[in-house]
Amino acid sequence: MNSHIVLKVASKVLIPLIVVFGLYVQFHGDFGAGGGFQAGVIVAVAVILYALVFGLEEARRAVPPAVAKIGAALGVVIYAGVGIVSIALGGNYLDYFVIPGGQHIGVLLVEIGVLLTVASVMLLIFYAFAGRAREIPDEEW
Amino acid sequence: MTPEIAFLPGWLVQHAPPLLVVTPLIAGVIAAVLPSARASWGIVLAITFFAAAMASFIAMQVMEVGVWSYALGSWAPPLGIEYRIDGLNAGMLLLVAVIGFLCAIYAPASVEAEVAPENRSAFYGAFLICFAGLLGVAITGDAFNVFVFLEISSISTYALVAMGAGRDRRALTASYNYLIMGTIGATFFVIGVGFLYMATGTLNMADIADRLQGLEGDRTVQAGFAFIVVGLGLKLAMYPLHSWLPNAYSYAPTLVTAFLAATATKVAFYTLIRFVFGVFDPGFGFAGLSMIWLIAPLAAAGMVVASFQAVFQSDVRRLFAYSSVAQVGYMLLGVGLGTAAGMSASFLHLFNHALMKGTVFLALGAMWLGFGVTRITDLRGMGRTMPYTSAAFVIGGLSLVGVPGTAGFVSKWALLVACLDRGWWWAVLALGAASVLAFFYVGRVLEMMYLREPPQHDGHAVTRSPAPLAALAPMWILAAANLVFGIWADIPVRLANAAAAAVLGSAP
Repeated sequence: MNSHIVLKVASKVLIPLIVVFGLYVQFHGDFGAGGGFQAGVIVAVAVILYALVFGLEEARRAVPPAVAKIGAALGVVIYAGVGIVSIALGGNYLDYFVIPGGQHIGVLLVEIGVLLTVASVMLLIFYAFAGRAREIPDEEW
Repeated sequence: MTPEIAFLPGWLVQHAPPLLVVTPLIAGVIAAVLPSARASWGIVLAITFFAAAMASFIAMQVMEVGVWSYALGSWAPPLGIEYRIDGLNAGMLLLVAVIGFLCAIYAPASVEAEVAPENRSAFYGAFLICFAGLLGVAITGDAFNVFVFLEISSISTYALVAMGAGRDRRALTASYNYLIMGTIGATFFVIGVGFLYMATGTLNMADIADRLQGLEGDRTVQAGFAFIVVGLGLKLAMYPLHSWLPNAYSYAPTLVTAFLAATATKVAFYTLIRFVFGVFDPGFGFAGLSMIWLIAPLAAAGMVVASFQAVFQSDVRRLFAYSSVAQVGYMLLGVGLGTAAGMSASFLHLFNHALMKGTVFLALGAMWLGFGVTRITDLRGMGRTMPYTSAAFVIGGLSLVGVPGTAGFVSKWALLVACLDRGWWWAVLALGAASVLAFFYVGRVLEMMYLREPPQHDGHAVTRSPAPLAALAPMWILAAANLVFGIWADIPVRLANAAAAAVLGSAP
């Protein structure tokens, strides 16, 4: 498996950077442009790039679809759970101001939920589509 | 607070509106990832029961105390998202929640026969998310939030319809067709909301209504109105925008057909009324004119043409799907009248139609489970082979025709009186024609069931095979409701009058 060595090395360098950039977009969302949705797409892109270069099977081993499914559900539970917690703390539904740490922490938690769900769903859609196509053998590239 | 609910904990009472929507949503995603379909069903049953209880509590509270407004995130309306329950949507919430619970009882029988094993948990998840979306559309007072919930319910509906592929592959094309039409509808709707936002600078429906006063001649507002009516018309299968409905209803799993027929188009219909009357003012020239010259004539045409098409169907669920398009026409006619009596009749028919179509589609589902019935000729002798299911079907069918003593009669009569009051003789004619046609298409099915011999199998007549109790119980509850509300119509009439009053702004 020495074909596409340039692609493989380059993407191995890029993938961690893509994830870090995704997290930057995630946390920058508190102060300016960015947020969970954009960050989720970027993080999913890192895995999709891995799948494109190293093959779908490798990617499925790294991030199994079952894990992505649970991630998608967990994101929604975190988001809606913040609302339930704020009711438990005496506020209205999704009232960030009653949460310890105030609005900052509330929005941060909600956006983490968005990140999880968006990244997982993007990945699941990719797996669903890519799984239907024939893998291209190395010599046909 | 009413004394009946004094035993509930305070936080549950105070936060009932968001909890009604959020618990099915959270439970839905959890149900979708559970490994065991039985456990998922347990969640569905518990949550829909909880929602039905909450919805009846909210409805009682609104009837006694009046409008209930809840500010999400403590952001006061009109800036924040407001959940607002008045006489109009209290009944809708109750309807969706109760039908959802009844369908949940029937769910395992249908799912185990029709949905592939690896999809069952996902099916229950999608069902709960659709349920949450429908409740959300009904409860919210924010125009953009309506769009969000409408899409939550629609997208999960596309998945639910597509899961009928385990039984018939045509479910996939039916679902795809529905996806395209539904997405166009949603896009039109959100463009319309965008226009309203442009003209008024607010998304809270009550606030939009206030700020629209004096903007009658504004082209932006008029364009918004047109987009919203067409978008919602697609969602509620207004004739001639109904082309997605017959296939979606015929090839979806039987449970989904019963649930959608009784709730999804009803909620879209509610949204149309909310916008046409609650946000726009029917006194606006363009709104009033489009009701008289567009909605009412299309409603009458839909009633007659779709009933006529129903008569010639050979697939039995398709027959009743066309009948649903015709019944949407009845409801729209009541709205087109623009009078309090018409609105009340329209709402009454909305409730009653949910009851009759719920009964009919649950009975057809049980017949499919028992004998694989899809075509009308498959129904031969069903009165003898599945007597209890057939009897429930008869009640639903008679109610659909509007035989006195059934719920269908009450609402059709109210609609007839409302048309006469307005002096719309052509509408009375259309009502009569559609009812005669309904008599034909229901009669055709009943004749097959009761006057023909059961089919022969290896030289013997097919034996009796009653439906499971899980299918019979919800079917008979709905069938009984058809009879009860046909004789003691006080409760639905009171709800419908409250709805009409809330819409036309005369009382809470």
